[in-house]
Amino acid sequence: MSYGRTGVVLMVLVAAAGLTASAAGQNDEKSSWLDEWDLHGFYELRAGYRTRNDPYEKDMSIMETRLQLDAMSYTDWADFRFKGDILGDLVMEEADFDLREANIFMRPTGFMDVKIGRQILTWGTGDLIFINDLFPKDWQAFLIGRDTEYLKAPSDAGKVSFFHDLANVDFVYTPQFDSDRYITGERLSYWNPNMQSLAGRNAIVRADRPDRWFRDDEFAARLYKNINNYEYAIYGYWGYWKSPGGQTLGSAPRATFPDLNVYGASVRGAVGKGIGNVEFGYYESADDMSGTNPLVNNSELRFLVGYSQEIGRDLTAGVQYYVEHMLDYGNYLDSLPAGMAGRDRDRNLVTFRLTKLMLNQTLTLSMFTYWSPTDKDAYIRPNVNYKVTDDMAVELGANVFFGDHPNTFFGQFENNSNIYTAIRYTF
Amino acid sequence: MKTLMGLMLAVSAVFASVLYAAADGGPLTDVDVIVNKANLAAYYQGDDGKASVKMTITDSKGQERNREFTILRKDIADGGDQNYFVYFDRPADVRRMVFMVHKRADMSKDDDRWLYLPSLDLVRRIAASDKRTSFVGSDFLYEDVSGRSLEEDSHELIETTDTSYVVKNVPKRPETVEFSYYTVTIDRKTFVPMKMEYYDTNGRLYRTIESVEVKEIQGFPTVVKSVVKNLNSGSTTLMEFANVQYNIKVGDVFTERYLRRPPREAIR
Repeated sequence: MSYGRTGVVLMVLVAAAGLTASAAGQNDEKSSWLDEWDLHGFYELRAGYRTRNDPYEKDMSIMETRLQLDAMSYTDWADFRFKGDILGDLVMEEADFDLREANIFMRPTGFMDVKIGRQILTWGTGDLIFINDLFPKDWQAFLIGRDTEYLKAPSDAGKVSFFHDLANVDFVYTPQFDSDRYITGERLSYWNPNMQSLAGRNAIVRADRPDRWFRDDEFAARLYKNINNYEYAIYGYWGYWKSPGGQTLGSAPRATFPDLNVYGASVRGAVGKGIGNVEFGYYESADDMSGTNPLVNNSELRFLVGYSQEIGRDLTAGVQYYVEHMLDYGNYLDSLPAGMAGRDRDRNLVTFRLTKLMLNQTLTLSMFTYWSPTDKDAYIRPNVNYKVTDDMAVELGANVFFGDHPNTFFGQFENNSNIYTAIRYTF
Repeated sequence: MKTLMGLMLAVSAVFASVLYAAADGGPLTDVDVIVNKANLAAYYQGDDGKASVKMTITDSKGQERNREFTILRKDIADGGDQNYFVYFDRPADVRRMVFMVHKRADMSKDDDRWLYLPSLDLVRRIAASDKRTSFVGSDFLYEDVSGRSLEEDSHELIETTDTSYVVKNVPKRPETVEFSYYTVTIDRKTFVPMKMEYYDTNGRLYRTIESVEVKEIQGFPTVVKSVVKNLNSGSTTLMEFANVQYNIKVGDVFTERYLRRPPREAIR
């Protein structure tokens, strides 16, 4: 994986900046800046198996040990943060280093925050559904049963925030496109439209990822304001489809990341006894504005409405309705290659969440379900987490996929259904 | 008056003088005056406050769990709305997590609560309206921490001793709580609630909260050690306050900006 290498470079850069800073600030009485690192982390074992036979993948869905180290320090003018995972992965048969964070945070004035370096970025109102959050996701980690933390992949970016009574604004610039960690077939089988069949290790997705520094870049912005604890936001994104949104022609087609601009808005706040949220986004597939190019995703409108409420003691329920509406559906149908089945114009999705805390909140039972009545497929995520002590937790969970058709969003993953268990020691 | 976390968290000089003046003039008889003073002494000391809190939860088998967090509090109005900012240090798996509350004194309005999960950079709104659930898995309830509206109960002064007032509180909406009534023993001099005893529907005592140690900090009586006992489960929680400071001029840090990156006064 290339994440590790870029990460090390970044880490060195940030560390160098930090050391320079500490050298510059020697006037103050602090003995050694390096002495003040606050080090924490966890050690984890995680194992899981497929519950169905998958001709394209190993039976092991996850089998790894992970050591996360999380170090933080600060001077008067900045905070420094490193967080990285050392991973022994028996499924991929490799050792890896995944640098999650390496950044400098500064609050140079009363109305401005700056964070530069590798960082996790999140905004938007959905619960495990993202419309205006176009920061990289690790779908593979999510589907094989890693901790939810790993759904968010890091960005190498600069974030500048301005705060004002009128409104607040965030700007995020990513000089080199950070794609999702998408499904490649290496460890999860998927529907391959070119082969018109399921595929996996026999047809690993090869992608042309835009990767020129400062040219293949991404820009995201959010303008937001809290009015009486109703949180209003408008968003803009100028970049690329985060997971492959098109492909090249030829005998060995490669996945591509066509241009994508997204404009959207959201509101979140108290509704009745619970919390309601509404969010929409216009996905402008800028390489195919008319929707006539079969090799590039169509433009879409995406809309989400959600509600969550406590329905019993330490029992919370949430429901969301989400739709992806294709904008140039006629052109899309006309442009499909002969014999290829088209998708429906609208992809409807409903999610349900139930979370129950028990035994003085040391036992968490949760169930998150995606269900699409239009795709006729579903994805269920049950999870039980028990904190044996303050430092040690055990976990049992599953990722279960159902579908009437092998070419739908969740239906394609049916053979990847898995059950996993983990033990984590935190320090 | 029902919570102790507020207790340690400040008393304005103005209030303190009022309290002492009243105490000097012989026992009060108006229960509304007493519970109001106790409410202010417990939750509204000073304009704002800060403390490092350590909780030790011991279950009936003797197993211990610990919680450590820093709490910042700022009053919008004395006896009215308040903001709380809670930054967690321990246990390690919730380190740097932030819990923020915009407390509404108006009974008809729910508090607004947020949780920030640092590993996901996620700001979550919490859809919890039940205030009688456990706070961070301890024997303290949310309502013990951020206060129970005086309007929720009818109050009766049942005893006045040389040192204390004892007030009986009966819920106006008994279906919303697990107790049938509770009594509060209030120090006559400081108006600090020293002991609370909760009775179930059979009239049996099942829960107590005691102020074990009260210190004067910046001139204000402050509970620095309190214990809650759940007599049904056999579980107890000890809450200890350190580094208590009042009127530190907490800024407007109860926003998304500071959820994502806490103010220095919360971290240090």
